[in-house]
Formats: sequence, structure tokens, C-alpha cells
Amino acid sequence: MKHLTLPLTPSAVESLRAGDEVLLTGWLYTGRDAAHKRLAACLAAGEPTPFPLTGETLYYVGPAPARPGQVIGPAGPTSSYRMDPYTPALLEHGLRCMIGKGRRSPEVVDAMIKHHAVYLLTIGGTAALTADAIYKKEPVCYEDLGTEAVCRLYVKDFYAIVGIDCHGGAVV
Amino acid sequence: MRELSATAVQRAVAAMVIDANCRISPQVLQQMERCRAEEEQPLAASILGRIIENDRLAAERCVPMCQDTGMAVFRVQLGQELHITGGSLEAAIQEGVRQGYREGYLRKSIVADPVFHRDNTGDNTPAVIYYELTEGDRLTLTFAPKGFGSENMSAVRMLKPADGAEGVKAFVLDTVHHAGPNPCPPIVVGVGIGGTFEKCAQLSKFALMRELGSSHPQPAYRDMEQELLRAINEMDIGPAGLGGHTSALAVHIETFPTHIAGLPVAVNICCHAYRHGTVTL
Ligand code: SF4
Repeated sequence: MKHLTLPLTPSAVESLRAGDEVLLTGWLYTGRDAAHKRLAACLAAGEPTPFPLTGETLYYVGPAPARPGQVIGPAGPTSSYRMDPYTPALLEHGLRCMIGKGRRSPEVVDAMIKHHAVYLLTIGGTAALTADAIYKKEPVCYEDLGTEAVCRLYVKDFYAIVGIDCHGGAVV
Repeated sequence: MRELSATAVQRAVAAMVIDANCRISPQVLQQMERCRAEEEQPLAASILGRIIENDRLAAERCVPMCQDTGMAVFRVQLGQELHITGGSLEAAIQEGVRQGYREGYLRKSIVADPVFHRDNTGDNTPAVIYYELTEGDRLTLTFAPKGFGSENMSAVRMLKPADGAEGVKAFVLDTVHHAGPNPCPPIVVGVGIGGTFEKCAQLSKFALMRELGSSHPQPAYRDMEQELLRAINEMDIGPAGLGGHTSALAVHIETFPTHIAGLPVAVNICCHAYRHGTVTL
């Protein structure tokens, strides 16, 4: 098990191989279908994104609501392939790490190799357990999207498996 | 004629949607335990262990086991000697969903329009409801919250009668193979065979409302369920799609008579979060 700090450094990304188990500590951003659509529209229009993408990590998640006193509700990954149409543009603008579940398109894998990015897997349907590794949650943008709004999360020892590495190696 | 108040229905629905999302059935846990003990690959066994731990934790804390608490699907069996008072049955069920998803801190995942205005309805309604009139004076409500990671991997195909049992099996295996890691394996596969285009799809959904591992009453279909389960577990999809023998927990087949010219088949996939509840009032 490798311990890694977020955001990942380029050398950390280079060192990861598909199948590696990792524990992540640091800040990441959440974003799924509707947020990706808006981010891609932003980039297509040549406008700055509401938060910086360079070097950052995006976790594909739409959490359940938090109960009073909780940081976040259950928060497991959603299927990544639905983000594929938007992902190459985000990688081109510096996105370095993505966390989700399931397969990616060949276009995404090509863009990951080109821009030295890594794709991590978390275990779908283990949302209650995953939420235990999330310690802080801050709103960022698109709050009108409800569960699909973009947030910043502070995670500690967040478990993931390298699904596709920046050399094109893959376990999914 | 027996009477039942709409308020009682609403209350029962609200309690059931929370319970089904937070508490997995003992059959699912036992089956995953069995599979974990038999897994030869350490990563597969450890992922099953995480899923089991997650489901126990969720039940203990009464939080949903998965953040995708689904689109609410109901099978309603209404006895024709029963009279619902003080409001409509439909409104009582929808109101129960609204209440349960709010009070249970469940995720609201429904958009008002599929294409043009994908705005969240904010209360997880409307639910999809299938009504059946039955004999007697009872109301039975069966609920399944359907996550879309697995729903999206489902398929319907109109086979030819000549395709027969082999054609059915090939279509099921093809659909599961294509789904791969996306529907959060180990999966449960609901297969509807016969009827019409929409009837087989509905049967495949009802197949996913059965108790895990229950079998079709006819031996030929029971054998097909077992054969398909074995074949799926030889595909090496494994837990989370990372390899292993535990790709599916069960295959459930439901059947209905069909037309001389047809053999409709639907494959509805459910993830390991095999959630449902049932209540009789
Ligand atoms: S497919 Fe099931 S386990 Fe996976 S994210 Fe969706 S609801 Fe959860």
C-alpha cells in the first residue's frame, strides 16, 4: 500500500502502476455529469474554470446528504465512462488525477498518456465506508446542481486502486 | 369491503424506503461471505471484505450503503376487496417516497425531464409504479431503489424463436460481458423471457425483486439460472471488475407466454447493493 499526498506531483504520477493500492491524503474536487458539462462549456468558450484544474484531482461522486453533525453523507464513486466525452479537454487543461469506477474510452487513455495523468478506482457501492475517509467539505461552485455541485474535500487515508496509469497500463 | 387509509400507506412506504436503502438482506451478506471464503485472488477477497464491512456499517448507523439511493420502483399488488380512503393510492406512495428520501437523508437523483430540462426534482419523485389487481383485501408493496450504474448496463432484445435456449444464454452472457466492471460487480442478473417488448423488461425488473438465490419454479429454467451463474463467474470480471470468481451473486429468471413469432428477452442488471423491501397492509 502506497501513501500519497494530494494533489499528486508529476513524479508521483509517473511512479504509479495499474493495480497499485494507494491511500490518499489531501484535498480533491468532486464533479460528475452536470458539472463536467459546464466545465467543458467553459473551456470551449475560452473562459477560466471556476476552480483551477492544473495538477488537481477530480472525484466522480454525487454524495448522499449529510445528517446533522456529519461532514458528508455516503460518498462512493459513480461510473467514469459518462465523463469520457468531456475528459480529454480537462486533461489538456492540466487535470492530473481522476477517481471513479469502471472503464474509460480509448480517447481518454490516449489523453492520459499525452498529459501524464492517472485514473484511480474506488470500490463502487462502499459509500458508507468511503465517507469515513472524508474529513472536510467545502462548497466550490454550481450549487444549484444539488448532489452534483462541485465541492472540495479533505481526505485522509482514502483507499483507491490504480485503474489506468500514465503509461497506458490498465486493470479495467 | 376492507378499508385502509392513504396515510397508513404513506407511512409504510416512507419507513420501507429508508430501511431498504440502509439494510442489506442477510441472504446477500451470507452469499458474499461464502464467495469471499472461496476467492483465490487476494484482491478479490479483500474487495468483498470491504463491501461486507460497508454494508454492516451502513445498517449499524442507519445510513445508505450506497450514495446512489436509486430511482424508486414499486410493484403494487392491490386486492380488489380493499378500499383506500382519504386520498389516492398513487399520491400516498409518491408522498411516502418524498418523506422517506427526506427523513432518511437519501440522495435525490431524479431529473424532471430526460432530454431538455434535466433539473433535479429535489425529492426523488416520481417513483416508477407497476400496479396489479389481485384477489383478497390486502395491499402488498414491493420496493427496489434502482441505481443507474447497473440500470445503464441493461438490455432488451427481440430474439427469433429459432434462437432458443442457446440464443437466450448467449444474449445474457453478452450483456454481462459488455457491462464488465461498470455495474459494481458482484452483480445480480434479472432475466425476463417472453411476453411482449415491454412485458419482458418488466419481468426482468420483477426478477430483481425476488429474494436472492430463489429459483424459477420450472426445472428447465432453474437449470438455466444455475448454468448462467456458473458461466458468468468464469468470466473473471470479479468484485469491482478487478478479476476473480465472484462476478455475480445470482441469476433470476422470470417467464411469460409469448407470441408464435417471438422470443423477447430482457436482461436487467443490479449491483451488489441488492436492495429491496416488501410490506403487506
Ligand atoms: S451500481 Fe449500485 S453499488 Fe454501484 S454506485 Fe450504483 S447503486 Fe451504488
